[in-house]
Amino acid sequence: MDNNKKTLFDKVWDAHVVETIPDGPQIIYIDKHLIHEVTSPQAFAELEARNLEVFRPNQIVATADHNVPTINQELPIRDELSRNQVEQLTENCKKNNIELFGLGHQYQGIVHIIAPELGITQPGMSIVCGDSHTSTHGAFGAIAFGIGTSQVAQVFASQCLLLNKPKSMRITVNGKLNENVQSKDVILYIISKIGTDGGTGYFCEYAGSVFEEMSMEGRMTVCNMSIEMGARGGMIAPDTTTFDYVKGKIFAPQGEEWENKLAYWKTLKTDEGAVFDKELEFDASDIFPMITYGTNPGMGISVRESIPVPQNESETKALQYMGLKAGQGVSDVKVNHVFIGSCTNGRIEDFRTAAQYIKGKNKSDNVNALIVPGSQQVVKQIYEEGLDKIFNDAGFQIRQPGCSACLAMNDDKIPEGEYCVSTSNRNFEGRQGQGARTILASPLTAAKAAIEGRISAFENLN
Amino acid sequence: MQKLTLIKSRAVPLPAENIDTDQIIPARFLKSIDRKGFGENLFRDWRFNIHTGEPNPDFVLNHAEYSGEILVAGNNFGCGSSREHAAWSLTDYGFKVIISSYFADIFKGNALNNGLLPVKVSEEFLKDILTNITENPGLEIAVDVEGQTISFNGKTETFELDSYKKICLINGYDDIDFLISKKQVIKQFELKTQKYEQQLF
Repeated sequence: MDNNKKTLFDKVWDAHVVETIPDGPQIIYIDKHLIHEVTSPQAFAELEARNLEVFRPNQIVATADHNVPTINQELPIRDELSRNQVEQLTENCKKNNIELFGLGHQYQGIVHIIAPELGITQPGMSIVCGDSHTSTHGAFGAIAFGIGTSQVAQVFASQCLLLNKPKSMRITVNGKLNENVQSKDVILYIISKIGTDGGTGYFCEYAGSVFEEMSMEGRMTVCNMSIEMGARGGMIAPDTTTFDYVKGKIFAPQGEEWENKLAYWKTLKTDEGAVFDKELEFDASDIFPMITYGTNPGMGISVRESIPVPQNESETKALQYMGLKAGQGVSDVKVNHVFIGSCTNGRIEDFRTAAQYIKGKNKSDNVNALIVPGSQQVVKQIYEEGLDKIFNDAGFQIRQPGCSACLAMNDDKIPEGEYCVSTSNRNFEGRQGQGARTILASPLTAAKAAIEGRISAFENLN
Repeated sequence: MQKLTLIKSRAVPLPAENIDTDQIIPARFLKSIDRKGFGENLFRDWRFNIHTGEPNPDFVLNHAEYSGEILVAGNNFGCGSSREHAAWSLTDYGFKVIISSYFADIFKGNALNNGLLPVKVSEEFLKDILTNITENPGLEIAVDVEGQTISFNGKTETFELDSYKKICLINGYDDIDFLISKKQVIKQFELKTQKYEQQLF
């Protein structure tokens, strides 16, 4: 092995090592710390209890997203606990001089949607947030991962974390994607092949023509779900698509600084001959529109397949919970709800795709269809592009930005026993509400399910 | 953080695989701004009937014969969300050790930051423990942090534990103490890499 050859991950990681503790972890410097109302209050309290100050408030950005209503955001939050949590964030940010894009702010939205769209997320950075889907930002060639609240407090106190370097893994997908296959289908396919623990202990680089040809929105969807295969994070080497996306964003570097950074960002790719701890390869032509049928994101099949026979007790229990049987086609499922949104698929491209399919059609009478834009900026785009009219005409409800029915901390819950085709990231038991049955899918498959009231393959219709 | 050195206790078997943090503590209980009190909602929707709120007689935490400071769980425990509330709910309930054949990364880190020890054992050893405690709920399991061993019925397996984290557990130290002691090095790093000048606002 040639030790001079480095992976993309090595390059970014090594650039952030402050110190290596002999026979122990490394001190890793954090460039950007994103915070929200649910996983930060206890960290602020910890700091106060120890009489410590926030070390680098300028490197922290806050928003309210997890626990906010998606209706009447301009009014006080009705639920007392939620209101208290959001108010606490406001107070903590004020006290510690932290920039907050709170409810009503033009930049408010889901933390993993707003940081990229504002240019806060940039290649080569180290980014953390008390949320496992922080892996999203890896789409820019950043090292980004979710942390617990104790670690949020550590970053507050020192702008650093103590970490052991994860192992490296590369997933390569080459070839041409089939018609109607979206980035969501690609990642659901990968997770269905390697399972929810296939990436545990690894940081994963996605490589190959499929990712090279993807838009930034598509890459974010892929990296977002890295955590669902257990990986600490995912990343994609920055290229022209990345630079074009970042350029001109509100907080992106400008002028000479832009040129200097760009020159550095161009070096951020895996050297030829660099060795990964694990390598996997898939063929794009094997991937078809996907859905999940169980209670973890690894239980996925193509829309055309029938539900497989359970291999163990946990899978049997999952089918029971979902009210599904082995051998059954998913087209039998009567869809009650469709949710298009979340940090996985709440970006403008996702709504454009859905709108394009929905245009001129009406939602099924049996379906409650929810459009939850990922941010205020996405809302603005939806209205500017006239997508709101398409959604309204088809009978979809357009809500205000937040995590919404992805984790159902607010009122956007799916009732017990009902099926929701959801563009979010987790189909765990009760994730979208007690007893709710979640079927994960791409925005296109979800839009189609909303129109038809069931899930069907594309070739029968188009 | 509380010190953790030697734990001798009965154990609770929960053989389900891929137990995610949404099961450990459902999102609707994350509205608290405090660290305390999450134990009462640990495994809420498995532990209590979702309609009546009555204890679910099929769930192991409602079985009087099982108790103790050790939870023995199926493969890939703690996957999903980064919510540290999962670790808080387990410690608040009274668990000090979780045994499984695999732990999700973020959960593992969160557990260690709260003096909750994730003990990764081989699949055979896990199966063996589960069979034995199911047959004999009174069985005592011993976990030695210093020696990194887990034993029951005269059988022993060693487990991995980062030497730094071991010192933290045994002495009750946490990462904040350590990182604060490194402030000068961190400031030098910022100067060297011009990090602090790259401010956003």
